[in-house]
Amino acid sequence: MVPRVVFTPEALDLLRKLKAENGPLMFHQSGGCCDGSAPLCFAQGEFRIGQNDVLLGVVEDVPFYIGGQQYEFFAHTLLTIDVVPGRADSFSLEAMEGVRFITRSRVFTDEEAAELDAQGPPPRGPDAFPGSESA
Amino acid sequence: MFTQSLEMVRSKTHGKTRFENFINGKWVAPKKGRYFANHSPINGEQLTEVARSDASDVEAALDAAHAARDAWSRVAPAERAVILNKIADVMQENLERLAITETMDNGKPIRETRAADVPLAIDHFRYFAGAVRTMEGRISQIDDETVAYHFREPLGVVAQIIPWNFPLLMGAWKLAPALAAGNCIVIKPASQTPFSLAVLMDLIADLLPPGVVNMVTGSGAEVGKPLASSPRVAKVGFTGETTTGRLIMQYASENLNPVTLELGGKSPNIFMADVMDQDDAFFDKALEGFALFAFNKGEVCTCPSRALVQESIFDAFMEKAVARVAKIKVGDPLDPETQMGAQASEDQLHKIMGYIDVGKQEGAKCMTGGKRPDLGKEFEQGYFVKPTVFVGDNKMRIFQEEIFGPVLSVTKFKTMEEAIAIGNDTLYGLGAGVWSRDGTTAYRVGREIQAGRVWTNCYHVYPAHAAFGGYKQSGFGRETHIMMLEHYTQTKNLLVSYSPNALGFF
Repeated sequence: MVPRVVFTPEALDLLRKLKAENGPLMFHQSGGCCDGSAPLCFAQGEFRIGQNDVLLGVVEDVPFYIGGQQYEFFAHTLLTIDVVPGRADSFSLEAMEGVRFITRSRVFTDEEAAELDAQGPPPRGPDAFPGSESA
Repeated sequence: MFTQSLEMVRSKTHGKTRFENFINGKWVAPKKGRYFANHSPINGEQLTEVARSDASDVEAALDAAHAARDAWSRVAPAERAVILNKIADVMQENLERLAITETMDNGKPIRETRAADVPLAIDHFRYFAGAVRTMEGRISQIDDETVAYHFREPLGVVAQIIPWNFPLLMGAWKLAPALAAGNCIVIKPASQTPFSLAVLMDLIADLLPPGVVNMVTGSGAEVGKPLASSPRVAKVGFTGETTTGRLIMQYASENLNPVTLELGGKSPNIFMADVMDQDDAFFDKALEGFALFAFNKGEVCTCPSRALVQESIFDAFMEKAVARVAKIKVGDPLDPETQMGAQASEDQLHKIMGYIDVGKQEGAKCMTGGKRPDLGKEFEQGYFVKPTVFVGDNKMRIFQEEIFGPVLSVTKFKTMEEAIAIGNDTLYGLGAGVWSRDGTTAYRVGREIQAGRVWTNCYHVYPAHAAFGGYKQSGFGRETHIMMLEHYTQTKNLLVSYSPNALGFF
């Protein structure tokens, strides 16, 4: 299985820390200005997943989504979630820790792209991740 | 220059190195006594400390706003206008201080804060001071005995959440119309850039009745969420990114509250072949128009971050246009010769460098820039990038995603129809630019582009009384225009019967 989204070790550390403090988490890759074009981290269920949101992957039980229309432009790249110093002002949970999740990208190789084609498109919608239905 | 500037700003704000929340006309410490440091992107040094607030502070601000609400809603429009003009006056008297504060906190060049940010903010208060006095309702005579009187009434207490790219100006765009319309406000500046709004609160503290404007600083999660989801606000105004826009709408929907959202853009700047018909002032203007993606270091929702150049002039145009970009002076934002300053934060810088990398990976050709400049030891800790121009294809990620930095993606088109198609091939619809000597062409392209603001033979001008807002995923609602008074009022219809007789039902 070729993953569509992976985390660096530093990002995983931060993820685990935030999970310990906040409980189950979720990510949504935001478009747009300011603190956008970046992955935003929320408590599981905080952000309502719509019919067109795409579940790119699940990392340590944390689902990672992207808007359906946005996905079309991301489909040919692997997303690597990393951490850098900074202060986001979004509603992302790491905002006050003095760090920021960011998305680094790499274009898939031809082999990876072929495998991904065979895997089929990633699932969409609120039921794509079990347990993501609002409490 | 940096140290002296900071000294000057501090000395004029009673030597403050820390700002509390501004609630009920006073500076009030956050209930949990937590603060966070605010740094300058010019060199990483600390500028000030501000309150790290939470829901309890938001509640205190809402208490103050509600206490002031009734009286403020009854203040005559003419009197509100006087106050808005006094706010403009005091900002004018302190223009330099506000400009320096903004430059130090955001990293934008002093040239821009002096000439654009602060004067536009001042003018905004003046515009709404005038506009509020023209507000009227309507009267309809339904029949001989029935009259419908329509009044515009304030919403009450409104929540406003503003971004870090134009902290003061975005503050003015939100505060001025909401105040003009008779509302009380709780506003949250971006936590990267709280400094200029805090200085503004200090300047206007005595001009407004206590509780009419309240400022609470903190993060989106700790302050923005309780504010936007409070049942005690009647509306939420937000400018920022897409996902957060959805979240704000979600929170507001819990209370059936209206929202206005200004989100991102990937604005196409379209250059028709005729711009090169002559080597005159207009062609020079068009070349500047191409380079305007560097304004505010690209951190503008309407950044003209895609340039569409007609194929027949492509090579000749690009030769001159790229040269124009290569000459842009990146440097110390406090130096009046600097044309492009520092990116607003470290994570912004990383994001931009990440996109430059994606562009190269996708096969876009880098014509200039593409890396960080060496500005010497003093600015080593600053977040500077060179203005960058890529040539590629509209399906690439650097053409579709908002980079929010000084990175321009250029592609070519053959016909007007193709320009329109490529221009519209984006999730966003905030801004666009059309450059042509032919009025009909300019008009036709402008009417076909699905964006709320189409600059025609210009770019990056934001006069009050020209409506501004998005189509598609760029949000909804129109700012910088009297339409805002509609967004910040609600209609009361008094349906009055002058008939003494029953209807005949019961």
